[in-house]
Amino acid sequence: MSPSVPLQEMIRAIRSARTQCEERGVIQRECAAIRAQFRQADNGGRSHNLAKLLYVHMLGYPAHFGQMECVRMIASPRYSEKRVGYLGAMMLLDEKQDASLLITNSIKNDLSHSNQYVQSLALCTLACMGSAEMCRDLAPEIDRLLRASNSYIKKKAALCAVHIVRKVHELGELFVPAARSLLSEKNHGVLHGAVVLIIELCEQNPETLERFRKTVPDLVQIMKGLVLSGYSPEHDVAGISDPFLQVRILRLLRILGRNNEGASDSMNDLLAQVATNTDSTKTVGNAVLYETVLTVLDIKSESGLRVLAVNILGRFLLNNDRNIRYIAMTSLQKIVGTDHNAVQRHRGTIVDCLKDQDASVKRRALELSLALVSASNIRSMMKELLLFLSSCPPELRAHAASGIFNAAERYAPSQRWHIDTMLHVLITAGGDVRDETVPNLIQLITNASELHCYTVHKLYRALLLDISQQSLVQVACWCIGEYGDLLLKGDCQETEPVQVTEDDALDALETVLQSHMSSPATRGFALTATMKLSTRITDNVDRIRSIVSIYGSCIDVELQQRAVEYNALFRKYDHMRAAVLERMPVIEKNSPGHTNGESTGEAVKDVPTAKMKQGEPLLLQQPANQVHRSDHPPGPAVDCLVSGLSVHAAGTAGGDLLDLLGGFEPAELSPVLAYDKGGVTLTLSCEKQSDTGLTVTLTASNSSDSDLSSFTLQAAVPKSVQLHMKAPSGDSLPARGTAKVTQMVVLNNPNKVNLKMRVRVSYTRQGSPFQDTVQIDSFPGLDSQL
Amino acid sequence: MFTERMYQHNLMRFLLLFSRQGKLRLQKWFTPLTDREKKKVIRDVMALVLARPPRSCNFLHWRDIKVVYKRYASLYFCTGLEDQDNELLTLEVLHRYVELLDKYFGNVCELDIIFNFEKAYYILDEFLMGGEVLETSKVAVSVSMENADTLQETMEEYMNRPAF
Repeated sequence: MSPSVPLQEMIRAIRSARTQCEERGVIQRECAAIRAQFRQADNGGRSHNLAKLLYVHMLGYPAHFGQMECVRMIASPRYSEKRVGYLGAMMLLDEKQDASLLITNSIKNDLSHSNQYVQSLALCTLACMGSAEMCRDLAPEIDRLLRASNSYIKKKAALCAVHIVRKVHELGELFVPAARSLLSEKNHGVLHGAVVLIIELCEQNPETLERFRKTVPDLVQIMKGLVLSGYSPEHDVAGISDPFLQVRILRLLRILGRNNEGASDSMNDLLAQVATNTDSTKTVGNAVLYETVLTVLDIKSESGLRVLAVNILGRFLLNNDRNIRYIAMTSLQKIVGTDHNAVQRHRGTIVDCLKDQDASVKRRALELSLALVSASNIRSMMKELLLFLSSCPPELRAHAASGIFNAAERYAPSQRWHIDTMLHVLITAGGDVRDETVPNLIQLITNASELHCYTVHKLYRALLLDISQQSLVQVACWCIGEYGDLLLKGDCQETEPVQVTEDDALDALETVLQSHMSSPATRGFALTATMKLSTRITDNVDRIRSIVSIYGSCIDVELQQRAVEYNALFRKYDHMRAAVLERMPVIEKNSPGHTNGESTGEAVKDVPTAKMKQGEPLLLQQPANQVHRSDHPPGPAVDCLVSGLSVHAAGTAGGDLLDLLGGFEPAELSPVLAYDKGGVTLTLSCEKQSDTGLTVTLTASNSSDSDLSSFTLQAAVPKSVQLHMKAPSGDSLPARGTAKVTQMVVLNNPNKVNLKMRVRVSYTRQGSPFQDTVQIDSFPGLDSQL
Repeated sequence: MFTERMYQHNLMRFLLLFSRQGKLRLQKWFTPLTDREKKKVIRDVMALVLARPPRSCNFLHWRDIKVVYKRYASLYFCTGLEDQDNELLTLEVLHRYVELLDKYFGNVCELDIIFNFEKAYYILDEFLMGGEVLETSKVAVSVSMENADTLQETMEEYMNRPAF
């Protein structure tokens, strides 16, 4: 093999450049020379020029002027030039470039070249960058090669067919017979290609899948041969015979056995055999075991086999290799819904993984731990989770905090425990909690009337220690304002008594008011709390009066407005003050109080340098103003107070109070119109069930003058999203909207990909069928990044 | 783009080789992307991988794909996978590619791949195609490379000058 001297000299020259500028200079000169050479007639050195250009391209410099040279080289009769030309085509051309069409003819010719290495170049390039048109054009040729050629070409043709089928789904039909017959080949490369092709065909077309189900016995035989055969030097990897082929066959078996009892039965024995016989001391064996476990869990396997699979995952969890622990948890996450008890058995190990050094493992352990929390283990799990929260990496904090809140919400054994837990989270990770945490916690506190005294004492103490965590400070201020009288009374059964004087309480609030660490919203809370105390204390009302009047000239408009209004309350409406600042009634729970999942989405998690949204509560731009609506102008104080009073009098109506808390998002929003054609409307409403789960309700109505029958809805979602359609309420839509059809769709988006759904509407109107498709890109109530 | 995503089921979306200093040594794309998109992927994935502490897990998440990487001496071998795919097997795929390079170059090091990058691509094209494993036998890949190289040389001799 003669070394390419000019190419290597250029590479050496580029590498010896000491600065970026120098490198650019070298490259510019070389490119100019290359361009000049391209324009010359064939001088036998063409391929070295193109190779140089490709190197330059890899460094990131523009090389589009080489595209036509690639086309010329591919058409050359010399193998060396074709080789570089095709490489160039794969690197510089893609299906979007016009120049790529020009090589279609060369590829066609080369596919029938007498030399298999030339054929191979053409196949490789077609599989790499063939556009849909090229695929359509050349598909019959590929099919021919699949049937009648040597193994070297057959295996390449098989993967080329896979590419064709991905680009042009309808061509799948063409390759089915050839794919079927390739399964009887002995050559591993060809077999592997055949299995990959069949997987692709089955995944695209359910009917094809049905037909290929008959191949299950053959596949089982092939696997058995691989697993039980003796040492085969050509395919052996650490004692496993051709793990790549084994894994692919297992994947195909999974697809064929899914939802089919018969097929699943016939592969049961084989799967058990592979699960028990595969050597798990090296990664390669574990790769095969992993695929086996995935297959067992996905098909209709018998319970003994399922238990075996989960046990393998349990063993993986104890493996020293981090990678193995990681994938074990990923798999357990997938089955935690269906095989909950089996996974619970491994809870101890999973919780231990929370302490692992590796960020990826930690993340998986967190997800799984949150999924395993139940009423029976809530206390111990929460202890571990809170411990985790105090030392977890910053990118996981928001997720951990919201997971803890959800868990606490669902399984709190007592109100006091619940409040304690939420306070603990606020103290540890107050900066990373979600916006709705503050109103949620306030709501919780008002509901726990026996604990008001305990809560306010605890919060007061926390406030004295640290006023930097905004959410905590806000809740503390609110409580001190609301329950100041209990705080001052001093005696409280649940906690050690502490003497708090009126001045102490006012000092605490004033510190918050004056601190530069407090956000404007927090200061709003503090000011209102100070005002409320004026009816709950006896001696220091003057102090409050002066605080309030000072803030009447505060630069912050919001604070100023409040202060002015409070002043007015003091001066002109003192007789109403007590009534206005009375204790708040218990806030009605208007929603499940879900946290809406991560606002920053999956993408940010693994990037250590990315900024996290600092949970600056947006809803508090319209702050929790207990006296009156803040969006009223400060002008006629009378009006404000009157409206404020009427709101207060309306009191117990949960809706009004929730409005006061401002922007508190209910989990269910008004339905959104997704489709409206020919009198048929489809509205969509969503309800978040969990961090990744969402229930979508589709409601169809018919406002036209004719009845519709056989009304059906079908839905499709991105691949990693799981979809389950429940039975529709009916299939007929009478005219003029006299009745509706509703259908629920349960979605699970574990990878938090951009959620989209395509819905196909079909019905029969006056005997003629009609079909239409609509794509839904946004779901009401979901963050845009979910 | 959305339609494509729904049905695309590659083993691998891309394969990147880069040094600790962030120099790209090889890039193979198995899905069609614009130049801009490619640059973005390279930048983001490189940043993520280079920031990992040693002895970390070899898997991480980026957008909606799984990234599997392994460091061999001064080079990172890095690939992006579909959600369904088997990460452990992908580690084996990366390892197999390194073994093939090693067999071909004899004790391969980064410099071999720099100065003979086109050979690294040719070897890759005998091992993977369209993001899937093409040939599972090490011997078979070596034999194909030998034959192809011989064919090239024969042509050169015949033409009485080096190809490049």
